[in-house]
Formats: sequence, C-alpha cells, structure tokens
Amino acid sequence: MNPLPSRAARHIVQNEPLLFEVSAPGKRGSQLAPLDVPIAAPPAVRGAIAGFPELSELEVIRHYTRLSTWNYGVDTGLYPLGSCTMKYNARVNELVSRLEGLGDAHPLQPEHLSRGALAIMQQLSRDLLEITGMAAITLQPAAGAQGELTGILMIRAALSARGDARRTVLIPDSAHGTNPATAAIAGYQVQNLKSNPDGTVDMSDLNRLMNGEVAALMLTNPNTLGIFEEDIHRIADLVHERGGLLYMDGANMNALVGRSRPGDFGVDVMHLNLHKTFSTPHGGGGPGSGPVAVKRELEPFLPIPVLVTRHDGGDDGRPDLDYARPHSIGRVRAFHGNFGMFTRALAYIMANGCDGLKQTTEDAVLNANYLRQKLEGDYAIAYATPSMHEVVLSDALQAPHGVHTGDIAKRLIDYGFHPYTVSFPLVVRGAMMIEPTESASRADLDDFIAAMRAIAEEARTQPELVTSAPHTTKISRLDEAAAARRPILRWRPA
Amino acid sequence: MRFLPTSDTIRGQMLADLGLNHADELFSHIPEYCRLQRPLAIPPGQSEAEIVRYFRQAAAANAPGFASFLGAGAYHHFRPAHIDMLAGRGEWFTAYTPYQPEISQGTLQSIFEFQTMVCQLTGQEVANAGVYDGSTALHEACMMAARITGRSQLVVARTIHPQYREVLHTLTRYRDFPLVEVGYAADGRLDATALAAAVSASTAAVAVQSPNFFGTIEEWQAAAAAAHAHGALLIAVVTDPVSLGLLPPPAADGDDGVDIVAMEMQGFGIPVGFGGPYAGVLATREKFVRNLPGRLVGEARDREGRRGFVLTLSTREQHIRREKATSNICTNEALCVLMASIFMATYGPEGLRELALQNLSKAAYAAQALQAAGAEVLFPAPRFHEFVVRLKTPLETLQPVLTRERIIAGLALARHYPELGNALLVCVTETATRADIDRLVGLLTKP
Amino acid sequence: MDYPKQYRYTKEHEWVDLDGSTAKIGITDFAQQQLGDIVFAELPAVGTVLRSGQAFATVESVKAVSEVFAPLEGTVAEVNAEVAQHPERLNSHPHDTWLITATVSHPSAVNQLMDAAAYQQFLAASSDSSAH
Repeated sequence: MNPLPSRAARHIVQNEPLLFEVSAPGKRGSQLAPLDVPIAAPPAVRGAIAGFPELSELEVIRHYTRLSTWNYGVDTGLYPLGSCTMKYNARVNELVSRLEGLGDAHPLQPEHLSRGALAIMQQLSRDLLEITGMAAITLQPAAGAQGELTGILMIRAALSARGDARRTVLIPDSAHGTNPATAAIAGYQVQNLKSNPDGTVDMSDLNRLMNGEVAALMLTNPNTLGIFEEDIHRIADLVHERGGLLYMDGANMNALVGRSRPGDFGVDVMHLNLHKTFSTPHGGGGPGSGPVAVKRELEPFLPIPVLVTRHDGGDDGRPDLDYARPHSIGRVRAFHGNFGMFTRALAYIMANGCDGLKQTTEDAVLNANYLRQKLEGDYAIAYATPSMHEVVLSDALQAPHGVHTGDIAKRLIDYGFHPYTVSFPLVVRGAMMIEPTESASRADLDDFIAAMRAIAEEARTQPELVTSAPHTTKISRLDEAAAARRPILRWRPA
Repeated sequence: MRFLPTSDTIRGQMLADLGLNHADELFSHIPEYCRLQRPLAIPPGQSEAEIVRYFRQAAAANAPGFASFLGAGAYHHFRPAHIDMLAGRGEWFTAYTPYQPEISQGTLQSIFEFQTMVCQLTGQEVANAGVYDGSTALHEACMMAARITGRSQLVVARTIHPQYREVLHTLTRYRDFPLVEVGYAADGRLDATALAAAVSASTAAVAVQSPNFFGTIEEWQAAAAAAHAHGALLIAVVTDPVSLGLLPPPAADGDDGVDIVAMEMQGFGIPVGFGGPYAGVLATREKFVRNLPGRLVGEARDREGRRGFVLTLSTREQHIRREKATSNICTNEALCVLMASIFMATYGPEGLRELALQNLSKAAYAAQALQAAGAEVLFPAPRFHEFVVRLKTPLETLQPVLTRERIIAGLALARHYPELGNALLVCVTETATRADIDRLVGLLTKP
Repeated sequence: MDYPKQYRYTKEHEWVDLDGSTAKIGITDFAQQQLGDIVFAELPAVGTVLRSGQAFATVESVKAVSEVFAPLEGTVAEVNAEVAQHPERLNSHPHDTWLITATVSHPSAVNQLMDAAAYQQFLAASSDSSAH
C-alpha cells in the first residue's frame, strides 16, 4: 500500500454488541422523581415489552460512544460528497438552538409568548429572500424533497386557478431522483429531458417537449454535473411563453450565494436545503429543512400558516401567523416545520454575513476547480464545460483495468477520506461526483489529490487491491445481495 | 470568516495555479445578467458572542421557565443530559446518510436497534428507519395502504390530530383519494356506528389515533375488526410513544390487529423545539415490507463472515425507482431517531412503564381537581395524559393572568372543534409538579 | 452463455419458449448481466391479462429495477414460485428459470420475435452504438 497522506489515518476499531446483547434483566438507566399525586389505575395494561433493552446509564453512554467511532463525519475529515454540500457545522448553532425558551418552546403556545421564535423565522425568511431574489417564502417543509412537493403543489394550484390545469412536468435526465418521484406524487406525468454534449439542457429537446400540457420544468442550477445553465434566460423565456412555470431545485445553491440569484434569472418557485447550503447538520440522514421561495404571483398558494408582518404598532412591525389564506394549498407538515434548523441556519448566516457568504461561495468554487485541474489526466473529466462548486469525473480510464467508480470510492476510505458520490448523475457512466465545499483547506485538497493519484496508479498496477477495498475498516464489503434476498430487519432473541 | 480554512495568500496561489488573477474569473461563464452586482443586504459577519446575545434575547421573548400544560402532538418530557451529550458528538451529527456502510456502522447499527425497539414497543413485525414526523407518517401510511389494497378511499377519525388531517388533505389533493371523516361519540371515543357505516369495499384504510386528540384511549381490536370486515387496513396513529410504556400496543396480533402504525417519536427525548425537527416512524407486518416507504437497515455479512449492517431494499426508494418510487422521501431524521433510541435504551421497559404511569396519574389528578373545583371535564372514557375541560370564562379572558403567573394552560379547541364551545385541551406530563397543577386548577376555576 | 435455438427473443431482453399455445417467459442472460445480483422478482397473479409490449413483472437487483414486458398477448397460467424463494437462479440459470407461463392468444405472433441468431446480432449491434 502507498504511504498514507500526511494527515490521514486509519479508522478506530472497537467491538460493541447490539443493545439487546448487552442488556440484562433488572438494570435501568433512569430514575424518576417520586410521584407527588395518587397513583391512578390504568384502564388496561400491556404485557411486558419483550426483548426491550435494560442497561445502566454508563452502559448506554459507552454503547453510543463506541458506535460513534465507527462513523465518519465532517468533523473527522474531508467529505467530498457531490451535491450533498458537507460543510462545517458550527458549534454555536447547536448551542443557540438548545437555549431555554427556544429548545423547549411549544409550537402551540400563544403567539404573544412566541414572539422570539417568530422573530427568528421572520429574520431567516428575509435573509433567504435576499439571497434568492424571490418574493415570498414558507419555512414549513421538513426537507428538500418535501419542499419540492410543496413547490409543485403550488404550481398545480396556480395553474388550476388560471383554469389551465396541465398534465406533465419536464425533468432533465441528470436530475436527482426526488424530482421525478415528487412530480408523480403531485399527480403529474414525468417527461425526461435530454442533456446536450455540454451537460446542460438541450434547447431543441426543450423546444420540442415544452407544449401546452407542460406545467413546469424542474431544473437544478447549477445542475448535478456542477455546470451553470448558461441558457437559463432562454430556458425561462421558453417555459413562460408557453404557459409553464420554472421550478428550481436549490440543492446546489452553495455555488451561487452572494453571486447570483435565481429570482433574477427567471425562476418562479424554488426550494433550499438548509442542511446543505446553510450548514445545518446532516445528522447521519436528517433532519433536513426545505424552505420554498416563490415569485409574487404564487404567494397566495403558500402553505398555511403564512408568517406575516403586522404593522399595528409603532415599531417596524411584529411577526404574526396568518391562517386566512383561501388559495393556500394547505398545511404540508404539522406545526411550523423544523424550527431547530431555522435557528442553526440563521446563526450560520449571521456568522458569515454578506462578506463571508460571498467568500464562502468563491472558496467552494475555487476548491472544486483546483481539484479538477489537479486530477485531470489521472481521471477522465465527464464534461469540458466549466465547473462551479463540484466536478464530475468518470472511471473511464480505470474501467479497462476492471476498476470502477465504486471501487475507487471504497479505496479512498483506506486513505482516510469519505468517498465522493458514486454513480450519480446517471447520465455519466462510472460517475465520480466530487464537491469539496469551502470547508476543505488546500492541505486537505492536496492530501485528497495525492490519494486519488495513488489509487489511479494502483488501478493500473494492482487493480485487485482497489477492487477488494476497503482493507482497514471494521468490516469489509458486505454482501448486500444476500441481505436484500432474505432481509433481517430487526434483532430477535436466539 | 472564521469557518474558512483558506487564507488570502493561499487563495491567490490557488488562483494562480488555475491561471486566474481574480476569483471573479471563476464565475465569468455565468451570463452577466445572472450575476449579482451588489453585496447582499445582510450585515457583515458577526462574532459568536453577538450571535449568542441575539438568540438569548429571542429566547427571552418566548416563554422560558413557564409551566406548560400544552400537548396536542408535542410533549414536554424530561430529557436526560446524556442524550444531547451523545448526539452532540460530531461523529453522529456531522455524518451523512450511511450509504458507505464500511464507515457508517455506528449510524447503521443504531438504526437497526431503533427498528427493533419500535417493533418490540408496538408489537409490529418490521419498522422503518424513520420519516419526517407523525403528520407525514400518517400520509405515508395511507398511501401504503392504498398500494397494498389497490383501493383509494380513506376513512379517518376526526379525533386524529387536526394538523395531521390537514397534512393528509394537502398531500392528497391532486390525486384521487376520497377522504371520509368519522366523528366521536359522547364518551370521547370513535363513533363505532359511524365507522361501520363509513367503511366499504372501496376503503383502503381506516386511520385511528389512540390516545386520541382528546386524550381518550381507543380500542384497537374493535377498530381493526371494523376495517377488516371490508378488507380495509387499520392504521394506528400514536402521537406520544410514552403511552406505549403502559397501554396495550397497536400490535399486529396475527391477522386481527393493527396493520400499519404511524407514530411520532418526539416524546422520546426529542426537544419540543417549537415544533421540529421531530421523527416519525412506520411499523407494519412483514408481508407489507416492500410497500413500506423510507429507509430500512438490514443485517449483512462481510467477506470474512462478520456481522454488519447496511441500507437494504433500496429499490423501493426514489434514488432508484424515481417516479415509480413508494415515496419521494429521502431522509429518516436520523439524529432525532438517535435521540429516541438513547431515550429508550436509558429508560428500559420498567422505566417506560413507570414514566407512563406517572403521566396517567398526574393527568387523572388534574382532571379530578378541576372537576372538584366546579369545572366541566368532558368525555368519560379512560384517558392517558390529556383531557378536555370546558371553561366558564373564555381562555382569552384568563390569558393575562395566566401569563403573569407564568402558566400556559393548554390548547383552545374552538378553531378545530367549535361544537365543544369554550373547551381547552390540557396535557399533564411527569414534568408538572402537584403545585403547578394546583395553581392551574386555581386559575382556571377562579370565579 | 448459449442462447437456446428453440427460444424467441425480444429487444427488451425477454425470452419465449412456446409449446402449442403455452409460452414460458423469462429474461435473457444479457438482461441478468445488466442487472447484476438479482434479489427480488415481483410477478403477476395467475389470470392476469398480458398485453404485448406492456410490463407484467419487475426484477430487482440491489441497486436497479427492471420491468419485464410481455412478448405476446395472453393470460398468465402459472407463476414460478421458485423465483420468489431463490431469485439468484435468474443470475445463475437465466434460460432455465422461467418467470411465468402464459396461455397465448395468437401463437403465430411469436414469429415476429427474433430467433437466437438475430438476438445475438442485435446485442452485438447495440453494444457498438452505446459505447460512450
């Protein structure tokens, strides 16, 4: 094996059984205050919760601490997962979201006792509208995919209100899988749109498909190839001329903040991923948060309640919740959405400010282009078109040796890195989608480049080393086919 | 710019490496009209101290330290200190979805354990890795039932959380899923006669919440029999998992019980946090697993035969099946699921039983005390930790005094159940002391 | 792997083994190679009406789903229970592992499908044109 890059190291390995296997009857990790009222008799009582774990507090702590050491987080090292924007999650964000008065605020407490929480939502809304150039916003959707659904439902409501219900949504073949899944749930048929050889929307295909039955084009910009749609104005004009609306998936906003605003290039509806662009933690798979921003003509259709500013006092207005919205699509989630993510995102925006947000975007784009330049030659570049915040390579140079994108990804683990996004977007065979984000230092990038070059060399000279990777982790590759054929989805006593 | 690891000097060197003089050139391929030509109208970056000050002021403008008797789908339970300390480890909260199992075994094993504990607690056969929350879990459960039965009508109890029902209306509005709501009887439980009349051969699912929105406890077997009589499935909605520490669970019970459980996990150690983030979960029968939306973790073996865990049955999901997926969901609220798991492991079966019993006892004490003081407590059916009381004086009139006394009395039901008049939904958990309850009773019944 | 001479093939990579008016239908070796390790097959109920060119089953690998299209019109007569138990047989013995048998409405329509030689020519031609 090649020497490890200077700052990378192998992974910690420690064994820890399942909770149920360390459990023993009669232990407990909790103690309640004595009951200060008479015990009431329950109407009916369940049987024992068979198999439920019984542990002391220290055993619980050891269990979850040991398990945590088998994970790789942004705190561990470079996490160049394309389209996921794995950036630093500041600790102050965690602190402020747990403050007494915020972390324990009840979503149904009276509005005069929710002023602080509503003010946070109002400030975040204002900042996100300034960043996107849009006119109105809802923070309610629980995640990006739910934001997409909210946006598409609003488009459907707006078109229905025009008396122009349509049937189809156009989606480029490079799009994330949630886009077509969302359109289907909103009751639309999905029509795929081809990419051209530059990796952008094929204008002639769009011209052919954009007809009177098309409600919307769902576009990601920059797209999942990390390429800015340079024809965006012509795209928007074409969609609008033929009565459709332009939806933008904001997954890649980290390339645009402070530099370019979707509201200025013809977007009608878009969602943001607070857990990507605005640094709320990914948490091992959620929670996310997917605010949806719209142009003025779509404002009547926002989910209820809508956060509004009432100018009934002397000051600059108080935030309030408006339920009297006859054209609203309704509520998409209980309560106000993932409020804990709003505090974190606002803290991120405040910490960076206008200057830091712009610098962040520049560094994200600079880092991606730096990687691209240094890896070109060792790896095939999927598209010659300039990159924004991420670059898509392919395994075309390694595949002849029997080494594919998934193998290179696994080998990166041995070099101490989290892999890039594997086999996506689908339009690139053997895709390797790399997004370093602004959180990578040049030293991180140089280490990653050294590892990638070493793997390219290994692919030529000892491909089996790569195809059997990783070699340094707690477990080696798992037999996913056997796991799927006869799924074991829960522990059962032996 | 304290988060950025790149200095101006290094930036200059990196740009030079790329043959560029200025960062603007990185964006030169963006058409001019798309470029923002001014700074964002957001103040420059602020220090950590300023940020903390801002949020402390905001927190103070809410209701810190108030005694709260609000429930209605978001419950105040004590959160042991180690939940945040463990979940606050960067290896947990700064990790991504565990698509690379070799460096995600921590998250994967914890989810496998979560799925198992949810099955043990509910008496169901399989559980997923989590969905957004209880409200969206109900929608996903309904869609799942429609796929399984090939039917479309949904029969929904009016005693399901009003906001859950609103979400269901919104998310089905452009598809053909006729919704029928079934009311409640005088005892506060589901109207069995109306339910029997509403279910037919076109019904995909009957959805019932227990303890229901009024806090009264429904009987799963009776609801299941009503649904199954016409080949429909029964969906059980649970808004506070603490209730399952004591009450009969929404179990599969062979073929006679509940078919799908849609549960909100917030009560298990997830902050009330002004409404989110929370975590929902779906649990069901093994035979329905391929119609279950959301992530699933399964056990697997590596090349050396060692046990490991991996995301499995992924072909149900949007990233593979695209427009034909079971759902568009792609998160499982993993960090909230972790908090709930730590909570369950900490309390254990005996701790959960005692916790549930304390909740039930405190609510019973509060209801009795209100009744004794002359208030009208509605619905005689057995309850868990919530109940409805009809006030003589409108809540708005009492509000100034309650606020001064730092008490949040409960939720006025007039918006969603106008027929109940001046009714208040009161929730009493283990966090309320007897003194808090006595103060509440005094303020609500003051002549 | 050999493509049996007596079978007929479709451009969507199904094979048909017709005997009188009864057809066994499966997926080809090429199809299983494209999918990788097959973990699940969702098969229709007996009695389902097959419409030529329309999907009647799905076959899943760990990370892909593929629809199986009806090569001929007819009605599903039998469903292969062994596939549910051992989906991996579709990888190891694709041409011996039928998914369904069908009672075919117009047996002569089978002549419009490719024979083994034509199918192999079709595979060779499409692999040339799909090189990216």
